[in-house]
Amino acid sequence: MLTRIVAATLFALAAISAHAEDVHPSDWQEVLEEARGQTVYFNAWGGAENINAYIEWAAGELEKRYGVRLVHVKLEDTANAVATVVAEKAASRDTGGSVDLVWINGENFAAMKQRELLFSPGWADALPNWRYVDHENKPTILTDFTIPVEGMASPWGMAKLVFFHDSARMDENALPRDADGLLEWAKAHPGRFSYPQPPDFIGSSFLKQVLLEKVEDPSVLQEPVVEETFEDVVEPLFAYLDALHPVAWRSGRIFPQNYPAMKQLLADGELDIIFAFNPSEASSAIANGELPGTVRSFTFPGGTLANTHFVAIPYNASAKAGALVTANFLISPEAQAKKQDPAVWGDPTVLALNKLDEEARARFEAIELGVATLAPDELGPALPEPHPSWMERLEEEWKRRYTAEN
Amino acid sequence: MLTRLGPLVTILLLTGPIAFGLAGTVLPAFGFLPVLGGMELTLQHVHALLSQPAILTSAAISLAAGLVTALFSLGVVVLFVAGWAGTQLFGRVQHLVSPLLSLPHAAAAFALAFLIAPSGMAARLISPALTGWERPPDLLVVHDPMGLSMMAGLIVKEIPFLLLMTLAALPQVRLKETRTLAASMGYGRVAGFLLGVWPAVYRQIRLPVFAVIAFATSVVDVAVILGPTRPAPLAVRLVEWMNDPDLSMRYLASAGALLQLTVTAVALGLWMGLERIGRFLCIVGVEKGVRLRRDALLRGAALLAMGLAAGAVFAGLATLALWSFAGLWQFPDALPASFTLKSWMRAMPRIASPLYTTLLAGLLATLIAGLLAILCLMREEETGRRPRRALMLLYLPLLVPQVAFVFGLQLFLIYADLLATLPALVLAHLVFVMPYAYLSLKDPWHAFDRRYNQVAAGFGKGRWRRLALVRLPMMTRAVLTMGAIGFAVSVGLYLPTVLVGAGRLTTITSEAVALASGGDRRIIGVYAFWQMLLPMLGFGVATLLPALIFRRFRGMQV
Repeated sequence: MLTRIVAATLFALAAISAHAEDVHPSDWQEVLEEARGQTVYFNAWGGAENINAYIEWAAGELEKRYGVRLVHVKLEDTANAVATVVAEKAASRDTGGSVDLVWINGENFAAMKQRELLFSPGWADALPNWRYVDHENKPTILTDFTIPVEGMASPWGMAKLVFFHDSARMDENALPRDADGLLEWAKAHPGRFSYPQPPDFIGSSFLKQVLLEKVEDPSVLQEPVVEETFEDVVEPLFAYLDALHPVAWRSGRIFPQNYPAMKQLLADGELDIIFAFNPSEASSAIANGELPGTVRSFTFPGGTLANTHFVAIPYNASAKAGALVTANFLISPEAQAKKQDPAVWGDPTVLALNKLDEEARARFEAIELGVATLAPDELGPALPEPHPSWMERLEEEWKRRYTAEN
Repeated sequence: MLTRLGPLVTILLLTGPIAFGLAGTVLPAFGFLPVLGGMELTLQHVHALLSQPAILTSAAISLAAGLVTALFSLGVVVLFVAGWAGTQLFGRVQHLVSPLLSLPHAAAAFALAFLIAPSGMAARLISPALTGWERPPDLLVVHDPMGLSMMAGLIVKEIPFLLLMTLAALPQVRLKETRTLAASMGYGRVAGFLLGVWPAVYRQIRLPVFAVIAFATSVVDVAVILGPTRPAPLAVRLVEWMNDPDLSMRYLASAGALLQLTVTAVALGLWMGLERIGRFLCIVGVEKGVRLRRDALLRGAALLAMGLAAGAVFAGLATLALWSFAGLWQFPDALPASFTLKSWMRAMPRIASPLYTTLLAGLLATLIAGLLAILCLMREEETGRRPRRALMLLYLPLLVPQVAFVFGLQLFLIYADLLATLPALVLAHLVFVMPYAYLSLKDPWHAFDRRYNQVAAGFGKGRWRRLALVRLPMMTRAVLTMGAIGFAVSVGLYLPTVLVGAGRLTTITSEAVALASGGDRRIIGVYAFWQMLLPMLGFGVATLLPALIFRRFRGMQV
């Protein structure tokens, strides 16, 4: 036993000292060579089966094409991966870190960037496949929650808050058209609406959506939180929640854990309106037999939250070359087209179709978006994400007010 | 020489991780964590803990869960044994309940959740015919704020455990004679057992009862699946803090772990108080001459509770299995609209790696634990001493809340750069497998007829050859059963796997619980199915292999 531990330690030390030099995508051939044989620990939220299956597919392709072994470390919360890197930095483990690639955006990206926990200088815009990325028309690719990305994260997919309902149970004309309408609807149909318990990402996003609609001056949300005015700014949001909870699912005494849980509740007939950050979520779930074929999407005409999600590499990653190859593969037209297929995941692409060649474009155009997916022009305006400090403070405030029932 | 090392290594393996782990947990609670620059002792983190919202409610839920679980499951077991031991029905129920012992807690919790949720199997079976529910009722059953469904999930798992522990202790009392005597003095079955036999039996199963209390006060996996969320039980909130990106939360988590230790200790203290009350009641009962001659109702209730507990888990498991093959399955349909292998096919590639880790960690931990147990037992035989105090040590990993020391252990493993390595995972599992391996092998080992050894010695066989050629082959059944129990324990471990495996080494159980929040019943069904299958395979081997080996030896057949 002891000799094994000693041997393992020595081996780990040897492995660390072997990777002292950093790579950069400008010399892609060298990246490819170094990546071969590396194991990339991809820390990504693991709560949705279709996403897990897609990552599994990507792992198979990476192994086959580049000899990179991708291991999906399934997180309950991306903050855990940030925690790991923070802990490693505190323990001065500046090389040989245990996280190689992390699925990230919003306050986690801001936290890592601010604490200088990211592989820098910027590398994402030097990836070979960056030339397909639609950064001209999709501003959230360059600015994530008001924070400039500066190439320290590579875009993976686009997100927009979309609502779903079962047309077999609900009249199209009764659908709410904004947050206030939603509250009115919930009052008329007690127990049929809820949102994932913050700090779940989608749950916190719902808080931001309501705040964006209810706040007096939305421009304050683009700046970091000012403690003195915080209470006043968020007052309308918590007044809204206080009115919503008594008529919410289970009278607001418990909340679903995340959006897949809400999907199950919609299928069971417990909820009537649910939402997700992926416009094809419903079509994807119908294809998988999780939701009945009568489920349809809708959004608010006044606009809903939109953002981009990324992959980033921690500064102390063990397999940087492998992580770069993975990030590049994830924005390849092939991987992006597969991802957009509702039968797989249905996550919208970050690429610009007019930058692709004939064959790749055909691949995208052949995708059946599904009956429950809104066309891009039906998705409504995109509301910009507030500064990440708002998410943090909103989650804290939610916890303070609603951790315990009273 | 080797046998002398056995007890030493065992004690080191059990106490080492616990002592270091507790130190790594407790010191930061008072501000001592050099790596984060915490060098001075302070009470500020304890204060910070106490100012967390509803922290005392969380502690109270944990405390109540410990006491209610122990009281209820022990009560059912006692009354059932009192009312039915020695009957044919007793044997049948015992056979029904025993397989549940090997079922991981998480799987049992899933089973219950699938059964009792408003959209669960129970509601589907009676809807809409009896209830008129076309849609699931908006009732707070699973995750109820008082933790009742969590306690139910614990109770259905602890009943089989305490029943088998009681059965193991029964041969040491003269059940039949005492029964006859009590009956001749006019006592009913239940009263006769409670007053005549129980005190002697209870002394034997006291430590297992304590283990139940310690486990229930600090459980994480069952609490995640069934427990309250606003606020969650203490241990669940602890694990959240341990994973917080803000490193200063480590201090808070440590202070919380200290509170967890206190809660468990208080629960154990209160239980000892209950023991005294129980003893007092027994004495009063004896002095008053309470005979409870008409105890049919009580016996019936005990049987019903027993059957209900086991039946609920089995029905839940069947529901789980059904979900794993289900296509669209809407409320209130009792059966899916279509069946499909899709969930299995989607999940299988991803199950391979956790399955491999589960098998490897389980088999290695069981193998090492088995070897150490045999060495300890050989040493006991050599010295002729049955160490009572050492037995307490053996229960240590079961009495100290897991979350309180595995967290500190994790810190040490990070320093040693051993976090998320197989040796570390095996070590963590070994701490919990070891007690069960020793306890399950102890009685068969001492029951072995030593004259076989003497005969073999007469033929000039040395100690190790006697062991390898005579004793172990003759004890194949007991050794394999020990292996199956040890493996089942390892398969079911959640918290040590999560904290030591750090997400990079995952087992079927840690993956299943991680999926719990996602609510995709089909995939949970697949994972829970594996959770159920693995321990069963172990026991299958332990039953079939000896039968196969001994098919030509009539004396070795059961």
